Amino acid sequence: MLDIFLEFYPLFLRGLGVTVFVTIISCFSGTILGTFLALGKIYGNKFVSAVVRIFISIIRGTPLLVQLFIIYYGLPAYGIRLTPITAAVISFIINSGAYQAEYLRGSIQSISGSQLKAAQSIGMSKWQGIRYIILPQALRRVIPAWTNEFIYMIKYSSLAYVIGARELMTEGKLIASRNYQFFNVYFIVALIYLVVIILFVSLFNRIEKKVTIP
Amino acid sequence: MPTKHLLRIEDLHHSFENEEVLKGISLALDKGETKVIVGPSGTGKSTILNNIIRLVPPTKGKIYLEDTEITSAKNINEIRQQIGFVFQDFGLFNHLTAKGNVMIGLTKVKKMNKKEAEELALFELERVGLENYADSYPSQLSGGQKQRVGIARALAMQPKLILFDEPTSALDPELTGEVLKVMRNLAEEGMTMLVVTHEMGFARSVADELIFMEGGNIVEQGDPEKLFTNPDHKRTKEFLFQLTDLYGEGEN
Repeated sequence: MLDIFLEFYPLFLRGLGVTVFVTIISCFSGTILGTFLALGKIYGNKFVSAVVRIFISIIRGTPLLVQLFIIYYGLPAYGIRLTPITAAVISFIINSGAYQAEYLRGSIQSISGSQLKAAQSIGMSKWQGIRYIILPQALRRVIPAWTNEFIYMIKYSSLAYVIGARELMTEGKLIASRNYQFFNVYFIVALIYLVVIILFVSLFNRIEKKVTIP
Repeated sequence: MPTKHLLRIEDLHHSFENEEVLKGISLALDKGETKVIVGPSGTGKSTILNNIIRLVPPTKGKIYLEDTEITSAKNINEIRQQIGFVFQDFGLFNHLTAKGNVMIGLTKVKKMNKKEAEELALFELERVGLENYADSYPSQLSGGQKQRVGIARALAMQPKLILFDEPTSALDPELTGEVLKVMRNLAEEGMTMLVVTHEMGFARSVADELIFMEGGNIVEQGDPEKLFTNPDHKRTKEFLFQLTDLYGEGEN
């Protein structure tokens, strides 16, 4: 098995690089999107919160693979042609954003309403109160759920192989189709995912500890 | 409408759902005065304070801060900067240290630079006796210390007056004293204060005027000594005597 890894490690590592890149971009951008969605749902007017609710239920109610196909194979019909990686990143951001919006909503709503009242009492606008008082607390509380989302995303990003984005899974498939060592190659791929996930989880746990409010 | 009062409330009404909790409150506060509102729970005392800074907008009536009518003013955020508010449950920002709590209004609202804000924050913390706790988080402070941070935060904004909404109700008796002492000092330094409290000792010894409220109305207001010893209304007497009986006359 080691010999296969040594023979093909540049390909494995390149695939891993794409996987990690896609995951990081998708997860962080998903957090930004999710934050706005959550704020819209909680603090927006009737119209905004209804739009957000519908958006989230559509995204959560349909398979990620279908969303990916619509963006990659469907959009060219309207003149929008995307590279596999771009299409994957866009659909992952949208998908992750919808899920993260719900994590964040729970986390924001767990912050006592008196925090916002106190912020307004010293002259902050509602937006300032959200920005400087509510969000810093809510984002800390969402880290465990966010870590979970990140783990999912590393693994879900393997779906990108079906549209030919050359991430870790795609590279594995290409290698295996060359040497027919399916068990060994996919075992290596699995091991790489496992190691990377363990490393990221320990990193996020450390960050979580570091930013915990005493 | 010009007025010599710092704060003037005219015919204030407030209703929650169908229940009218304030039925026409009028009162005025001059610069440097401390007025204390007492009365049974559910009488609308806290609602008055919340109405003033419009955390709960009043249903009817007018409130003036100096010459500005603030019940309909558009720049409510600017008005809130001029009126300090001290909460029963402290309302400290949990993710910030004591110093951070005092600073954030200065840097984000008043746009003061960080260094100046920090100096002022430390000064205000010293004023409430917490200079050694500047880097402590709310969860690391006792209730009395938290409330003093709350007062320091209000003071740092250099408000024209401070509203206290039952500042010691969430504290056990041992911690009440340290908060009342800070408030007493402020009153002596000439801070204008409107205080809702059940601390009769404080009301009696610090208030320039005592206001007794019941059922959404002001029953009687005047010199605290008079209200405690020889009130005009039977209810005032019943209420104040009952509390004095329960808690004694002193504040400590």
